[in-house]
Amino acid sequence: MPEQPDFYTTTGNKSGLWSWIFSTDHKRIGVLYLFSLLVFFSIGAAFGLLMRLELIAPGKTIVEAATYNAFFTLHGVIMIFLFIIPGIPVSLGNFFLPLQIGAGDLAFPRINLLSWWLYMAGGLMALMSLFLGSGPPDTGWTFYAPYSIRTGTNVTMAVSAAFVLGFSSILTGLNFVTTIHRMRAPGMTWFRMPLFVWSLYATAWVQILATPILGITLLLVVTERLFGVGFFDPAKGGDPILYQHLFWIYSHPAVYIMVLPAMGVITEIIPVFSRRTIFGYKAIAFSSMAIASVGYFVWGHHMFTSGMSDTSRAVFSFLTFIVAIPSGVKVFNWVASLYKGSIRVDAPLLFSLSFIFLFSLGGLTGLIMGSLATNVHIHGTHFIVAHFHYVMFGGAGFAFIAGLHYWFPKMTGRMYSERRAKTGWAFLFTGFQLLYFPLFILGWQGMPRRYYDYLPDFHPLNAASTVGSWILAAGLIIIFFNLLRSIRNGGQAGPNPWGGTTLEWRTSSPPPAENFEVAPVVTEGPYAYHHKKDRIL
Amino acid sequence: MSRGQDTAGSRIGMWLFLFTEILLFGGLFMLYSVFRSKYAVEFHRAAEDLSRTAGTINTLVLLTSSLSMALAVAAIRRGKKNGSLIFQGLTILLGCVFLVIKYMEWSAKIGQGIYPDSPALLGLSHGEILFYGLYFVMTGLHGLHVVIGLWALIFMLASTLRGTISGARFVRLENSGLYWHFVDTVWVYLFPLFYLIT
Repeated sequence: MPEQPDFYTTTGNKSGLWSWIFSTDHKRIGVLYLFSLLVFFSIGAAFGLLMRLELIAPGKTIVEAATYNAFFTLHGVIMIFLFIIPGIPVSLGNFFLPLQIGAGDLAFPRINLLSWWLYMAGGLMALMSLFLGSGPPDTGWTFYAPYSIRTGTNVTMAVSAAFVLGFSSILTGLNFVTTIHRMRAPGMTWFRMPLFVWSLYATAWVQILATPILGITLLLVVTERLFGVGFFDPAKGGDPILYQHLFWIYSHPAVYIMVLPAMGVITEIIPVFSRRTIFGYKAIAFSSMAIASVGYFVWGHHMFTSGMSDTSRAVFSFLTFIVAIPSGVKVFNWVASLYKGSIRVDAPLLFSLSFIFLFSLGGLTGLIMGSLATNVHIHGTHFIVAHFHYVMFGGAGFAFIAGLHYWFPKMTGRMYSERRAKTGWAFLFTGFQLLYFPLFILGWQGMPRRYYDYLPDFHPLNAASTVGSWILAAGLIIIFFNLLRSIRNGGQAGPNPWGGTTLEWRTSSPPPAENFEVAPVVTEGPYAYHHKKDRIL
Repeated sequence: MSRGQDTAGSRIGMWLFLFTEILLFGGLFMLYSVFRSKYAVEFHRAAEDLSRTAGTINTLVLLTSSLSMALAVAAIRRGKKNGSLIFQGLTILLGCVFLVIKYMEWSAKIGQGIYPDSPALLGLSHGEILFYGLYFVMTGLHGLHVVIGLWALIFMLASTLRGTISGARFVRLENSGLYWHFVDTVWVYLFPLFYLIT
């Protein structure tokens, strides 16, 4: 194959930093997003580590209670709005969506760049809320009224940051939907699309349909703080429960913005490393859409103890259980795809298998949270903290790392060190279990979330959890050190090191600026391993 | 950006964006419906103090501006640059008239001491506080959209003058038109909900 210059050397008419921050090439924007995400992730993780350090023993350890409140608020805001919601779609999605459907770019390249700028503006505003005004916000990431309206801390800035980030998210969503409808290569029918693309499609719809509700909710918090309109203030006839409804109408679907693309990444990796076509292609594609749509009608399960009629609670609980069905379909299909495969456990598959295990634990404990009777017992305890870290970090986080390893050769043209990746995995996985599993037990025993202090009975498990956080941090450092180092020092990867069959493996690594030298024509489904006799692995 | 223009793609993008705008206002309409069902009588009483004449004139102004917007797009489709310029200018003018009338309405209310968190308003019943809260927030957000729409139309006017919008390439003007019609449609709902429920 005659080599075209890759997109790193094709800088256009700009140079240096400018060729990145003003580039409209989806691959450059994807890489730009990736590094921005990692910066914010590190800051969020640092807050998390500090919180765990504070909780290593009862009473004051390193900070005052008010500072602790700021820690968990900023940890939540940064991890949710700046890392895990944009996460996979804006980085891996941006880079690989056009490649996987055989397109030259996204439908709106300039809007794509604008969404990165908005993302950075929102990120800087979130960080500025730490230092400007009368102290960092202390409301928790949910900004519940009436406290968010009355507290003297800099909630206005943090809320405006989340609003700007939401706008960025909407633009990415409508860009992806339009791209998938309009830019597929000849022959790429809907059911020949890779399942990662299907998951991005479902995610993009959730971004479009749910984020505006967050927008108006946050806008109302700002108006309440500035003008005191009174929508959420009982003294003026308003109702704080309405805030919770509006907030969760967005923030529950947002959970699927976080996890659907992660499921898409896993679905890409499993066929490649078991040399089998995916089991139940259509079931996986439709289950993504089913999760996205049922996910709209379950927000009330965040409010079982807030004050709602028994009928609504029963309906919300029932619908919550329904979400388990499409999720279960996916888990069974992944396992069935592995069955009788020619499995090779490289780092991407290792992280994917961990995903299935951790996500299943998180998903099943979600059913415990979703049942009315048990919910009352564990509502607002560390049980929920453990549950969502299993789903979000054990799920979306592990899938993100799996995807990074899987596509690293394509993005950089180099191979990472497999041995270091596996060492990093061992630390990450062990640390993860030690950090989060004790929180299930603590929550069941009644330790509330967001509390600065706790009873002496809870000391041993809290100490274990904090030690776990150090092991987990060591794992993250090894993993990212390995990847960053391999950008320069890794061996040449070649166009298709894994023997993948989706379109991104048909172009060179890293791809040229136009993505493909010859526009691809698609004649079969994405995982056609059945008639591939030449085993590359 | 010489990838060639995908007109249908641009339209899809615009419709999706308008959909998000509907949902943005949707949150406020939801609040309105909750509070109105809770305080039906007070809403009824409060609405009597709004100027129905001003509201009606503004409805006519905006509907006429939608017509002229549609005519501006129709003219550019036929390649009639000057016709389109006149209708675009008329749309902008009508948008400004709407804002001026709205400004006078707001000032009148504020002059009476009725604005969010004002002592006079807090002296009224809960339903009336919320009615005026919704009135200021919803018409305020709508007014903000009118302003954004006007800026978009001013850019379109300049592009038409420069010739970057023409009989061959007019999807941007069409999309700005869609936005303008959307802003009108929101008003068509705001008008009865605030002025005609007495």
